[in-house]
Amino acid sequence: MGILSNRFQDNVFFTSSDAIINWSRKSSLWPQTFGIACCAIEMISAGCARYDLDRFGVVFRPSPRQSDVMIVAGTVTRKMAPIVRRLYDQMAEPRYVIAMGTCAISGGVYNTYAVVQGVDHVIPVDIHVAGCPPRPEALLHGFVQLQEKITGTKVLRRQDSADAAVGTI
Amino acid sequence: MLRNGLPLAPVLLPFGQRVSIDNSATDMPCLLVPPADLVDLCTQLRDDVSLRFDFLSDICGVDLHPKTPRFMLVYHLFSLPHKWRLRIKCHLTDPPIVPTVTQVWTTANWHEREAYDLYGITFDGHPDPRRIYMWEGYEGYPMRRDFPLRGYKDDYNPMGAERPAKEGGR
Amino acid sequence: MTEVTVIDEVSTDTGLTREVLMNLGPQHPSTHGVLRLLLQMDGEIIERVEPHIGLLHRGTEKLFESFTYTQIFPLTDRLDYLCPPSNNLGYALAVESLLGIEAPQRAQYIRVIMAELSMDVGAMTSLLYTMRDREMVMDLMEMITGVRMHTSFCRVGGVREDLPEGAEARILEFCNIFAARISDYETLLDNNRIFLARVENIGNITAEDAIALGLSGPNLRASGVDWDIRRDDPYEIYDQLEFKVIIRQDGDCYDRWKCRVDEMRESLSMIRQCVQQMPQGDILVDDPKIAFPVDKDLLSHSMETHIHHFELSAYGFKVPAGEVYTAIEAPKGELGYYLISDGSEKPFRLKVRAPSFVNLQALTERTTNIKYLADVIAMLGSLDPVMGEVDK
Repeated sequence: MGILSNRFQDNVFFTSSDAIINWSRKSSLWPQTFGIACCAIEMISAGCARYDLDRFGVVFRPSPRQSDVMIVAGTVTRKMAPIVRRLYDQMAEPRYVIAMGTCAISGGVYNTYAVVQGVDHVIPVDIHVAGCPPRPEALLHGFVQLQEKITGTKVLRRQDSADAAVGTI
Repeated sequence: MLRNGLPLAPVLLPFGQRVSIDNSATDMPCLLVPPADLVDLCTQLRDDVSLRFDFLSDICGVDLHPKTPRFMLVYHLFSLPHKWRLRIKCHLTDPPIVPTVTQVWTTANWHEREAYDLYGITFDGHPDPRRIYMWEGYEGYPMRRDFPLRGYKDDYNPMGAERPAKEGGR
Repeated sequence: MTEVTVIDEVSTDTGLTREVLMNLGPQHPSTHGVLRLLLQMDGEIIERVEPHIGLLHRGTEKLFESFTYTQIFPLTDRLDYLCPPSNNLGYALAVESLLGIEAPQRAQYIRVIMAELSMDVGAMTSLLYTMRDREMVMDLMEMITGVRMHTSFCRVGGVREDLPEGAEARILEFCNIFAARISDYETLLDNNRIFLARVENIGNITAEDAIALGLSGPNLRASGVDWDIRRDDPYEIYDQLEFKVIIRQDGDCYDRWKCRVDEMRESLSMIRQCVQQMPQGDILVDDPKIAFPVDKDLLSHSMETHIHHFELSAYGFKVPAGEVYTAIEAPKGELGYYLISDGSEKPFRLKVRAPSFVNLQALTERTTNIKYLADVIAMLGSLDPVMGEVDK
């Protein structure tokens, strides 16, 4: 929000404004189509008719510039890590990251020379969705948790140091 | 599965003692060939009318460390007209250098790049001798037995092993 | 993400043409997974295609050497992640070959049913319509194995569990529903002029080139080469099944697609035959040194069974020293496992001959007539690589 970010005291006006801003952000989370490995198949399943992600406002966008959330679905290898970082940097704020699958969370079963042990070595992660691969329902639950996290975010209101943990679940 | 009935003798005759048959595996016959005769033998096996090994299934690198000779290349051939399989083994010392077979079978191109990337086996005459899995500038050959499973320690890999001391320090 | 580097700017009579090197980056909606293509183009005409792979290289083969034989099954699942039961089957056959054992008949039938079900799924393109059939197959997988993907259902010597009650009826029901739907999808596309313009006479590969390139599976059969490992070198119970091998002549993208669709039909017919022929019996070989006991009650009152069970879980079983190369017909082509054992409970070297790795190389060779950028995408789709397998 530019100069309006985190400026104002808690009062009824700014609390309501924050509620509206957060509601609009969480209701149309647009991820970029960034499936890396097997988890991408479950992500596609989650987006299709049976587990319909569209009813959450989730529309997959091909370009990182037009997306709000990046679902890292699959193993991040060391060769791929700079590309993941570059895609994250190309996203406009507010941006969120969901690490889907154990490979993205911690390297999974691949504790080898070529795999980054968790995408949080490369980009900051908001939600971890565990599973190998996580069921589409688990990914849906991840989105719902991300929405809860966004609901608790202070956008216009000042963030005090005591309240630094944003969106505790 | 096929192991009897391959008319290998006529093709092996020009090579004399240098190429031998190894019958230890039960699934297919195996030829042991030195690197210098590899391309000639492969061309013969592909072109000989009674054999026609026109399909290269796989090239596999093996590191037998600490045994010597340290490296081994295993070629798996298949004949589409006769439906026969054949294995060719080529033992290589350290540093491993072997002529390329890309002019015999085009598919060998990427298989050889993989063997170079993972084992450091150099293929003489390869049209594109680059790494294929790891990035250019990567140091080390991951599938060698003395390379640690987790790789060496650096920014992205805090749990890796310490790199052995090299000249110039690190 | 696409970046464009201009190499050369050449003026011609008709205007300005540029030679550019374009990067069809790893994040792109139309590349199958993380594949990076470097395209050297003259305007929109493609001159050279260079795939860069290795962005999903996870070091699987090095991991194989640190895992016991049973622990490797989940790793093989994740190679071609569209058809995990197929990968499991190939690996189980390789180890059983070295051990000199054979799975019981019922287990073989179950393994073939799972492999053919995954053959359907592996051949399905990600058309949004086929997702409902994918979901049906995944429901079946979940009913039989407990997991939607990455089943790890095979074990050395058989399968993990028997089919639950009602599974056979549901499998037959799926076969009936899907057979009708394949015809629907064919009708949708076969008469669609736009689809035909995009795939007919694009990416032709002659039979000689296909053999030299090492192509296998539907890619090879679409070029007129008559080879199917299930018929020519049968494994498991394939010699007891009747099926047609689909051969087409032109070797273009349309033929490869048609091969896959017809093979899906054959695969359904094979599944029906398996369900009808499947005998009752054991699902694991009866050797306590290799497999868990078939009769689980023995565990509670036989000390010896208990000790064997403990040793298998804690240490794994040893495989006699030797080597074997086993090839099966996976949905993408010839999937080979080359296993060298040194007599211990972990493999000395396990190499996977991934069909997608070899099929993808066909994109680089100038033997195919690919003219425009759109043709590259069509060609890539018809070769159908899965990056988990390409990069291992």
